[in-house]
Parts: sequence; structure tokens; C-alpha cells
Amino acid sequence: MLPALRLGQEVFGYVSPAVQRLAADRLGTSPARAEEVATFYVMFHTAPIGRHLVEVCTNVSCCLTGGDRLFEYLKHKLGVANGGTSPDGRFTLREVECLGACGTAPAMLVDEEMHERLDPKKVEEILGRLE
Amino acid sequence: MSDTLILTKRWGKPDSAALRTYRADGGYAALDKALGMEPAAVVDEVKKSNLRGRGGAGFATGLKWTFLPKDVRPRYLTVNADESEPGTFKDRYIIEHDPHMLIEGIAITCYALDIHAAYVYIRGEFAKQARILEEAIDEARAAGILGPRLLGKKDFDLEVVVHRGAGAYICGEESALLESLEGKKGYPRLKPPFPAIVGLWGKPTIINNVETIANVPWIVANGGDAFAALGVGKSGGTRLFGVSGHVNRPGVYEKPVAYNLKKLIMEDCGGVVGGRKIKAVIPGGSSSPVLRGDEIDISLEFDAVKAAGSMSGSGGVIVFDDSTCMVRALARISKFYAEESCGQCTPCREGTSWMEGIVEKIEHGHATAEDVAKLEQVAGNIGGQTICALGDAASMPVQSFVKKFRDEFLRHVEERRCPYGDHGWGLDQSSRPAVVGGVRY
Repeated sequence: MLPALRLGQEVFGYVSPAVQRLAADRLGTSPARAEEVATFYVMFHTAPIGRHLVEVCTNVSCCLTGGDRLFEYLKHKLGVANGGTSPDGRFTLREVECLGACGTAPAMLVDEEMHERLDPKKVEEILGRLE
Repeated sequence: MSDTLILTKRWGKPDSAALRTYRADGGYAALDKALGMEPAAVVDEVKKSNLRGRGGAGFATGLKWTFLPKDVRPRYLTVNADESEPGTFKDRYIIEHDPHMLIEGIAITCYALDIHAAYVYIRGEFAKQARILEEAIDEARAAGILGPRLLGKKDFDLEVVVHRGAGAYICGEESALLESLEGKKGYPRLKPPFPAIVGLWGKPTIINNVETIANVPWIVANGGDAFAALGVGKSGGTRLFGVSGHVNRPGVYEKPVAYNLKKLIMEDCGGVVGGRKIKAVIPGGSSSPVLRGDEIDISLEFDAVKAAGSMSGSGGVIVFDDSTCMVRALARISKFYAEESCGQCTPCREGTSWMEGIVEKIEHGHATAEDVAKLEQVAGNIGGQTICALGDAASMPVQSFVKKFRDEFLRHVEERRCPYGDHGWGLDQSSRPAVVGGVRY
């Protein structure tokens, strides 16, 4: 079920009810099963998101090295709250839990690619490269 | 103390993840040796080695392997690469720098236990690591190392599959991991029966951490006694300790299991940034009870840390300097457990949110002394009342932080504000390299 929903998300951008039904149908199970999985795991999106997903870790080790400041900075810069999408549809920003990069904190994922040892300048460069 | 390196010795070498360099450095010789042994003799070496699980619980690996019922087939091996405990960041580097060491460990383990299908459950956020591991498995398969004939020598079919998670801390709990592998939400199962008896798809299943399995080739190559000799008492070998927070050189350090915690921080990690004092140390991932700065002159061996009132857990050491607000630190930890509680058991689902709320209230200066007492009461009613250990993991930090830093909690109440402000939160990265198994990051 997880690989099926991931594939659906890759193709359609998010795990819509139609994707859930399709996955359930192909796997011979009920749509409720698919929905249960789609809503349990944070990496599945049940609503459309921006063109790029920016996920900032604010857990302890990242915060000790400025992770929460980085998150506040990005909220301000993009003009969004946690989970929000910038008005131009370019970025969806959200706070996430520990990414397993505590020694090279602070860290963020951009479209599932990990970036570490961040500061505002580095974040600007990374996001500036994206359409 | 011994300087022997088992897990990190190839990190940083050019193309260390490639099969070619792994073989050039003697890789897969341990599998070759194992195939010349009786499977039971391989299990005996692992028992003799005193290898204990590196995922957090520290359970004796060889003993766990003997729990498999003798006559039930198929059996499965599941390797836990979910690595999500805050402060823990070691398994990812094993996979990045030396995936074939893990694959060789898997092959030997499967041969020893007559297992023909192994699943590596890797957290969804480790996309790069999943890719590296899949490529290495493909390479090993193409080279005839994995089934249908192991190393092209022994008829033994072995399939190794990488399964990506999708973002859920609870799936690092072994029975939730199995549920997730089966395509369900990660709700932990009631135990007993334990997974070794009733595991994946109802079949006997061994679940071991990445680091645990990566030690197996060295044990077979050098003998269980040699591994045991690197440690003390009932704990053998070296371990990967991940140090983060206010130290001059954060990173991953491979040290003998009984290495001294204070020495690790003050010497290997170069002490605390700016020469400040250590206020507190979390020794084994965010769920392990916190130690005060004057309690850290201890061995990191599992039983020694337990005797000191905490847990060596996943080896994730988080260091706080004396400018840091411990209430704020606990608030962030409590938020994590409230977020990650799966919601199956009431004491954990409700209790974690209550704890988060009360700690936040204290941090912001809105609490009374009764709230501190209520916090302790709530924490005391979660541990031991739930299906899995997440409830305990959430309450242990609360209980230890309040016990050891009660003055700080009460100061927040009396002054109606946080006396520390932003101090300690937001260290400058530019002058502080990380050192991961000898490699500078």
C-alpha cells in the first residue's frame, strides 16, 4: 500500500481520493484502508501542495543550532503559516520532526532532498535555484 | 582502550559504497567464511560476541536469534533503518558510506538463520540512502553474491528488498514497523506473541537495527571472542555514538561500547562551544532520561548508563550548555511525542498532548506550582500503561527534566516568564565542522 500511494503521489501530485480508490482497487482492499494509510503518514499529501515542498526540522538538536529561527525566517519570507503554500504556488512550507541530521544541524528537506548545516544565506541559495 | 574500528574504517575512502572497493578491502570474505561453517556455528559466534542491539533496547542479538521456532517456515529478517529518535543519526552513514557491509551482514544472518527474504525498512525521509542501498543490492545481485547461489558457491536463494516508510516515528517500533511493511498504518501490536514467533505476515521474524547487522561480518571474520574483548561484561564491540548540540565538533564517533561519556564530549568533540559549562546531557536519544552536567563521568555501556539512572539507547548524545533553558528543551521534546503518538492507546494519545500543553504553559510563564505537580502526575500515569514503549519514551524525559531541574521549572512559575530567553538557541555553524567517522562535513 505504501509504494502504491507513493507512486500515485508522484504521478498526480497528491494522494487524492481517486488515487486512494485506485490503490485500494488494485490491491484488492477497501478504500477505507487506503485512506487510513494516506492520512497516517506525514509524507503523504491528501491535498494539493506547491511546486516545491520545504520541510524544516525544528527538533531539539536543530533548534540548538537555529532551526526554529530558520523556520520563522522562511514563514516570514514566504508569507505563510506552517503547512501553507506561497501565493505564487511555488513553495509549501512545513515544520517537521527529527530528520536524522542532528550532527549537521540545522537541516531541511526540499522535495525529499536533504540539506544540512544551514544558515539563512544557504537557504536563500537553495530556494533561489528552484522555479 | 582499543582503537579498533569496525564500522567506520572505510568511511571517506573514494567510492567506498561501490562493490569493487568493498571487495578490494576484503569485503564478502566473511560471507565466504560463514558459508564454510554450519549455520548453528555462525549463531554461536554471534552469541559469544556479546553483540547487543544497537537500535535502543540493547537486547542480546544472539539470544534473540534463538527465539525463532525450529520448524516454522518461511522466516523473515527485517532490518530496522527507520532511525527517527531525535539525536540519532548513525545508520544513515553506514548506508551512505558502506552499504555492502550491511548487505554482507544481512546475507550472513540469513544464512545462519535459514531465512530467504530480508526487508530493510528505511524511513521515507532517507530517499538518498534508500537509493544508495538499492543500487548496492542490485550490484551484489548482478555479481552473483545474493541468490540464487550465495557468492556463486552455495545454493541458497536470498532476496533483499528495500521498503521505504512514509514519515512516522512510531514505525521504528518493531511491531508497528511490521504493520507498515504489511501496508497498514503503524499501530504497534500487543506482545506477546513476540515477532520472533509471530511476525511479518504471521511468520517468525527477526528484527535487528542496521548497526547491529553491520557488525556481523566482522564477528564472523574475527571471531565472537575478539568482538567481546572490545567491550566489557555482557556488552561486546564498538558503537557509533552520535553527538549533537552545543559541542565544538558534533558528529559520529566509533568507540568501544564502554567508552566514557565525559571523555567523548570533552576530548573527542572538543568540549562545549565557547568554553561554556555543560548543564545537561541526554545520553541515548530524546527518550532517555536527562543527566546533569555533574553526572556524566560514566561509561556509556548499556548497564552502566542504566545504573546512572538513564539509558544508552540509540547512542544519540545531545549536549546542552549552561545558557540553555531546560523547560524550553523539554517543551520541544514533549511536542515531538505528542505529534508522534499513534493514537491507539488513551494514556499516550491524551497524556502526551497534556504534557506538551503544560510544559508550554510553564515555559511561557502562565503556570502555577500546581501545574508542575500535575505534569508529574500525568507523566506518572502513562509509563507502563500502553501497548508500546512510546508512552514510556514520552514520560521519561518529563520526569527526569522536572526532577533534575525543578528549580528552573519553579523559577518560570515565580517570575511568570522564561528567565533564559533565547540564549543557547541558534549556534553559529560557520566555524564548527561536523566529524562523521573521521570525515569532515
